[in-house]
This record gives sequence, structure tokens and C-alpha cells, in this order.
Amino acid sequence: MTNWTIEGVKEALAAKKLSARELASDFYRRIGERNTELNAYLTLSEERAYAQADQIDSLVAQGKPLPSLAGVPIAVKDVISTRGIRTTCGSKILENYVPPYDATAVERLEAEGAVILGKTNCDEFAMGSSNENSAYGAVRNPEATDRVPGGSSGGSAAAVAAGLAVASLGTDTGGSIRQPGSFCGIPAMMGSYGRVSRYGLIAFASSLDRIGPFATNTRDVAAILGVIAGRDPNDSTSTTAPVPDYRALMAKPVKGLRIGIPKEYFAEGMDEGVRKKIEAGIELLKKLGCELREIRMAHTDYAIATYYIIATAEASSNLARYDGVRYGLRVEDDSLLAMYRKTRGAGFGAEVKRRIVLGTYVLSAGYYDAYYLKGQKVRALIAQDFRDAFTKVDVIVTPTSPIPPFKLGEKTNDPLQMYLADIYTVTGSLAGVPGISVPCGKICGKLPVGLQIFGPAFGEAKVLQLAHAFEQAGGASL
Amino acid sequence: MKISREDVARVAELAYLDLSEAELETYRTQIDEILEYIGKLNELDTTGVEPMAQVLADDQTADATLREDVVVPCHVAGEILKQAPDPEAPYFRVPKVIER
Repeated sequence: MTNWTIEGVKEALAAKKLSARELASDFYRRIGERNTELNAYLTLSEERAYAQADQIDSLVAQGKPLPSLAGVPIAVKDVISTRGIRTTCGSKILENYVPPYDATAVERLEAEGAVILGKTNCDEFAMGSSNENSAYGAVRNPEATDRVPGGSSGGSAAAVAAGLAVASLGTDTGGSIRQPGSFCGIPAMMGSYGRVSRYGLIAFASSLDRIGPFATNTRDVAAILGVIAGRDPNDSTSTTAPVPDYRALMAKPVKGLRIGIPKEYFAEGMDEGVRKKIEAGIELLKKLGCELREIRMAHTDYAIATYYIIATAEASSNLARYDGVRYGLRVEDDSLLAMYRKTRGAGFGAEVKRRIVLGTYVLSAGYYDAYYLKGQKVRALIAQDFRDAFTKVDVIVTPTSPIPPFKLGEKTNDPLQMYLADIYTVTGSLAGVPGISVPCGKICGKLPVGLQIFGPAFGEAKVLQLAHAFEQAGGASL
Repeated sequence: MKISREDVARVAELAYLDLSEAELETYRTQIDEILEYIGKLNELDTTGVEPMAQVLADDQTADATLREDVVVPCHVAGEILKQAPDPEAPYFRVPKVIER
């Protein structure tokens, strides 16, 4: 099985070693072989994929220049809208929903020649850290099939790790790109909040949601990010900050780069196997000539509590739209209000209901100040920790997850324990800064560990630069 | 105990969410544990801290980048109606809400 990269695809097409149609067809063959076991894809979009592949092939035939992602087979998380292709959000309530428009990120990928293979499984409405909250069944980790792939973008991570796509889009609200990237042993990145348009992303928590890429290597991550980033008039929170050439900038040497190691991220609760790999990773960064500095981020320990107030509050508001009127499931009743209640009671899964109840509670009269307002204030303190740190260091390095991929079913009965596993990722989500997870070896040669790198807001190039150097120095085989 | 069964029922009503008796009890227990954990935020003195509703700096917000408010044609009404559980063009039909 060929391990394709974006550049590899382009060269092969230009040299006419194979056509874009043959490549897409080969990926559908791979999906046919592995997907029953992995459950990474929920919907395949062959018609649209082959139409796009044929366009690329006709460019090749005419000797015209190829766009940057020409013929690259890409998977898209099922919370991101795709015109004419079923988009379920991993929920029964949207089982038959077919969006009438494309998300901007999808439109931009296709405009650069990418071939959208299909839609990937995820936790329902992106709520979860194991992909076990999907209404369409769990995803298996291709690296260890008795284990979870992480979540919520578990299908997007598993598809790339198993060679069922060259790259994929996921979404990250509290770690949902970085953690599955870590669990499946591939690089995975969220840009700064505002870096990539959220237009067409079906909302979970609007002040936190971000779209970002998975790929098999950091150069491909940078290439995808470069395509989907940038101002979009359809998302007022997408910024006008210019998009630099990430692939050019990431090649710069990292000698002398100041790396902050926050003490709070190495406290108790971390798996010993993870700790050893991360320590080896930090040692490698030192060998590369980076300057390591211990820093303090005093409010880290409050991030999970803050996150689960803000994210559930925003979710309870965003998910009010599923009312059985305009789209999705309806459970009939003679009374309008009973129709709403029954539809939502039947259509949402356990985790989504739990979060709607919690989010409604923290916003309700008498509790708003104690919970929601308090959460927003602590969020400001957490963001300040990051701003202070970036006056002293260029990037911050931490583990992505305190634990390696766990067994299917191991944590499903204890929501709080599942939430606590997001400890290292939610901080950057609340602060709005960019972050990547890069492979940092495997425990006992089997369970992948991810090293997380945070940069200052709109400092994606620095994050990629270090991730690339770490990858090139053999970080993945530590 | 931070949250009672009645609280969960009241909140579920606010959210128009049918919950079974078993769900009410499970969520009460789980959410109680989560709220207990969230209570740790009270260790922090946040007097004088401005609440943060979103992370973008002032010069990056919508105010700085609002697009012109111009009418553009958008012919997706038919496609949108196709997604509705009970459409009657050009309307969405719902159970009767006004008693005669």
C-alpha cells in the first residue's frame, strides 16, 4: 500500500503515473477493505469525488498547471456541511439531513483540486473524547483496534492513520482534533480562533469551535491549513490577518527557539508511559538547540471546570434549533410543545442531553452569575496565562493527553473522568491560541503518544516550524 | 447535593427535552458530580476580572470586519424545504398552536 503525501500525489499525476480517477478508486477500494472494521466513514461521496477527479485528469491531459491539492483524496468530519452529501453530526436527529450548501473550508479544498471521498464518523455534535458517543457506532483505532481513536474527530483521525485518506478535516472545541491525532499517531492541528472560517460548520460551542487538518506529516498539515485559512465574509469571526506561506516558514531552523514547559502540565495524573515519551521528546528538542524554560501557568487546573461551563452553555443555545420543524427528525404529536420535547428526547443521545441539561442549568436564572459569568471570568485568567507566557517564550510544549488510547467501553460510564482527560487541550481552546499534536513515539511500540505545541494567537508558522523540526529529527519513533 | 431531581426536571422543561425517569436520575447524579467539581472555581477571586465572551482582539472582531449589508439573490428555498419533516411550500407545517 502506497503511503501518499500531497506532493507525492501531485508528482504522480503530473508524470501521468496514474490518473486522479484511478487514485480515488484505489482509496475507495481501501475503504471497502477496512471500513467495516474501523467504522471511520459514515457516508461516501463517490459521484462528487469522481466528477472532481475527472476535472483534474482533464487539466493533466491539457497540460495545464495543477492546483496545490490536485487529486488529493480528503475526508471531511460529519459536522461540516457538504452540499448534496448527507451530514449527520453523528446524531440520529440529523440522520437524513442533506445540506444545501458547502462549508467554506470544503469549498476552498475543492477549489484547490482536492477530492472529497466522504464524511467521517464523530462523537454526536462533536461532544466526546472517544468517538463512542456517535449514534452510528464507535470507531476503532487503526493502531490498536481494541482501543478508541480519540474524539470527537475520531473518524477523521482513523481514516488518515489507516491510509483511507491522504488528509482530513476535523473540528476542535476542547481538543477534538489534537487528542485523536495523538491517539492515532498522526499530526493534527487547530489554527487560532478566527483563522479558519466556521461557515458551514454545524455549531457546538461557537466561541470555541475550529476547523483544522489531519495528515500523515506536518508539511501536509501546513498545506491544508494554508488553503482553508483566511477571511471569509460569511463568518464575521474569521479575521483579516494575512495567511503566510506556512510551508516556506516551517522549514526555518529552530536553534535558539525559546520553549516554555509549564510545570502545571506535568503534575500528578499523567500516565507514566506518556510521561517517559514526553520527557524524551523534550530532550530531543534540547538536542535541536532549542532553549527550554520552565514556566508557570497558574490557572491550568481550572480549565476543565471553565470549559464545561462555557461549552455546555453555548451548546444548549446552539442545539435549540433542532425542533423538528425545519430539518431532521420529527416525532409527531398534536401539541407543538410536546412535538419539540419528544423530537429532542428521541433524537439526541445521552451525552448531548447531559450537556444540554448542564448548559441550560448554568445559564438559568439564579445560577448564571455563579456558573456562566464565573466561567467567563476564569476564561479571561486562563487567556492571560498564555499571553504572559508568550512574553517570555516563543512556543509552549506539553503532552496532548495525560493518557494513551484507552479500551473501547472503558470510560463510558463516568462522564467526569472522560472530561478530565481533556485537561491539556482545553486550555488552548479557551485562550484561542493555535495548537498542534505531533507523534512522540509509542508506548511499548504500540500505543501512540502526542506532543502538543501551542503558539501565540496567529503564530501558526512557529508552531509548525517546531513540529516539523521535531518530526524530521525522528520524534515519531522515540 | 448541588442539584435536585426537580432541578433537572425544570431545566429539561426549559430545554424542551423529554427525559425518562431513569434519565432524570442518571443525569441528576452525574451532573451533581460535575457541578461539585466545577465548584473549585470558587477558590479563585475574580473580583474586577472582565468576563471573556470571545477571544478575538478588538481590531479583529466583527466590528472591524463587517461586510456591506447588500441584498444578494439566494435561490435555495426549495432545497431547504425539502429537508423539512412536513413542508407545504412555501411554508413549514407544525401542529396547531392556536385553539379556536
